[in-house]
Amino acid sequence: MKREPVLRVVGKLLIPYMLMFALYVQFHGDYGPGGGFQAGVITAAAIIFYALIFGLPAARRLVPDAVVETMVALGAFLYMAVGFAGLLLGGNFLDYFVLDRDPVAGQHRGIFWVEIGVLITVSGVMLKIFYMFAGRGREG
Amino acid sequence: MMAATVFAIIVQRNLFSVVVLAGVYSFLMATVLVALDAVDVAMTEASVGAGISTVLLLGALYLCGGEEAKPMQRAWLPLAVTLVIAGALVYGTLGLPAFSDPLAPIHTHVVPRYLGQALAETGVPNVVTAVLASYRGYDTLGETVVVFTAGIGVIALLRRARRASKGAE
Repeated sequence: MKREPVLRVVGKLLIPYMLMFALYVQFHGDYGPGGGFQAGVITAAAIIFYALIFGLPAARRLVPDAVVETMVALGAFLYMAVGFAGLLLGGNFLDYFVLDRDPVAGQHRGIFWVEIGVLITVSGVMLKIFYMFAGRGREG
Repeated sequence: MMAATVFAIIVQRNLFSVVVLAGVYSFLMATVLVALDAVDVAMTEASVGAGISTVLLLGALYLCGGEEAKPMQRAWLPLAVTLVIAGALVYGTLGLPAFSDPLAPIHTHVVPRYLGQALAETGVPNVVTAVLASYRGYDTLGETVVVFTAGIGVIALLRRARRASKGAE
């Protein structure tokens, strides 16, 4: 598919908007439908789209394996860290009320970071699985 | 329409069309969820069910070829087991409260507090997000760890396979 000019141009045009939409879904999740899981999948889909059009090696150069593997662990770590932050500040595990002087603002902050953790892990895992599957036939 | 899609999936022997039909089924399911006002779930279904899993299944097809193998024998025992379990599940649904019954236990336990207090307590207008990330934050942590574990499992399995095949060459 590397020589299809239509696909390449459309892909180049669309991928920034896909990533933008993922961020919108992520940060607008407080007000409308959306959240970390959906945004993570959309982010991964944008990169998989890129890999399908420009080839797996190009995508691997763009988002190297080391970054993806770090993301897989980092997201879960971030979620846990929010939980322990609540513990350290004198609340229960995953208690957001203590994250800010104003309990409601603390809730907001906790939800924000937790959703970012979900986003990072989900997109990392999806990408990693795709890389693994797509890379197998050629290397094995 | 969904029933027709499922029937086509069963009849079809070409795995490529099965994968595409499964994607179609996911999109239909997403529209059903939108009709039920579960927009968050519909979004997940459309992106995960129709998007990512179609791509992954196509990737798997690329590795293993596109035609379904002919079964060795007629599978009467699995068919019987499936029918018995399906019958038991349908029998179980008879005991559930009627659809959209306002007095069902699920609507009288914690739901009124979530719906009434979520905005005041968390400052988040979308109740789904409030429940998911705050009230049930522990469950969502579990889900994230499940996704994480799945990723680790795939990495462990496939990387070992690659190393073994390299050693054999």
